[in-house]
Amino acid sequence: MTLPPFQKLIDAHGPDVHRLLVASVGRLDADDCYQETWLAALRAYPRLRDSSNLRSWILTVASRKAIDHVRRGRRQAIPVGEAPERAGPAAAAPVDDGNLWGLVRALPPKQRNALALRFVLDAGYDEISAVMGTSEPAARRNVHEGLKRLRTEYRR
Amino acid sequence: MTESDPLGRALTDAACREPLGPALTGAAPPDRAALPDVSARAASAGLLDVAYAELDSAVGRLLLAATPRGLVRVAWVDFSGEDAVLAALAEKVSPRVLAAPRRLDEPRRELEEYLAGGRRRFELALDWRLVRGFGRRVLEATAQVPYGSVSTYKQVAREAGNERASRAAGNALGANPLPIVVPCHRILHSTGGLGGYTGGLERKRMLLQIESGQATLGA
Repeated sequence: MTLPPFQKLIDAHGPDVHRLLVASVGRLDADDCYQETWLAALRAYPRLRDSSNLRSWILTVASRKAIDHVRRGRRQAIPVGEAPERAGPAAAAPVDDGNLWGLVRALPPKQRNALALRFVLDAGYDEISAVMGTSEPAARRNVHEGLKRLRTEYRR
Repeated sequence: MTESDPLGRALTDAACREPLGPALTGAAPPDRAALPDVSARAASAGLLDVAYAELDSAVGRLLLAATPRGLVRVAWVDFSGEDAVLAALAEKVSPRVLAAPRRLDEPRRELEEYLAGGRRRFELALDWRLVRGFGRRVLEATAQVPYGSVSTYKQVAREAGNERASRAAGNALGANPLPIVVPCHRILHSTGGLGGYTGGLERKRMLLQIESGQATLGA
């Protein structure tokens, strides 16, 4: 199997990977997660067996980085005494009033990731389920649960 | 449901409005240069197997590629095509191919000096892995032909161990992965004819002119 030069992946998907990460972890941490994503992908790349959907593969790597990043940030933040849903790394960044994505970043990591895929990258549920390694109904649930929680937060 | 969901639309709108950086708003086209560079960290993690850069030179656009061992490929972009060259490197060396201009600074500088007539020999580490066997011996013999002089297909075939294989020597020179640096332009027909050149005979002529001190590049 021949794999394309890795730079082609960065050129084709770099902007979407970055947008996904900005939405999921916030502007401040997105650059670091972006590099971590590509380094992890680069490490695994020569052993990749299926190159039929490289976009989905790289978005999966990015989603895992984002989810790990959020969980790590929350664990570290607990001793500070903040409420868990406000303690993600992104929550440390200034959040404007009415900053919807600031609220998204207070959601559980899978929900925020699903919302970012759905509304920033315009991914369909088939793609969200492929990227997140879930069934399509689970992908729908993640999006809808996220929206539901967001709706109660947003109205305040 | 979500397609018509006002909250969903608000999310999409907000994602476009948010100060996400120039590459990220829907309005501005994605700008590669605005995204963080991956190549430096890839190199320090030992994951940058092939670094490449392009060079707009006085004799045309060149693609330069290096492995940790040294320069592995010089290609005329208009003749060989960037995509084809990178795909071949991905297949033959490693798919971990990244644009990393800084890692080609030294070859780029030496090539520019050479093309300006100010450098008579290259002091670059070379990675010969793209050639083997007779072809490699032909190119190694070619690398010994001094600046400003010429040799013949027959002569380099002899030095590679088979005097009668001048046609095969010509093929090996035509497939030279390191043109200019391994000076296949210095190899001519025994009859005095210019022979061939991957990159075009006009370039072979220009390189020979530079070495004879008669170059009028940029004129």
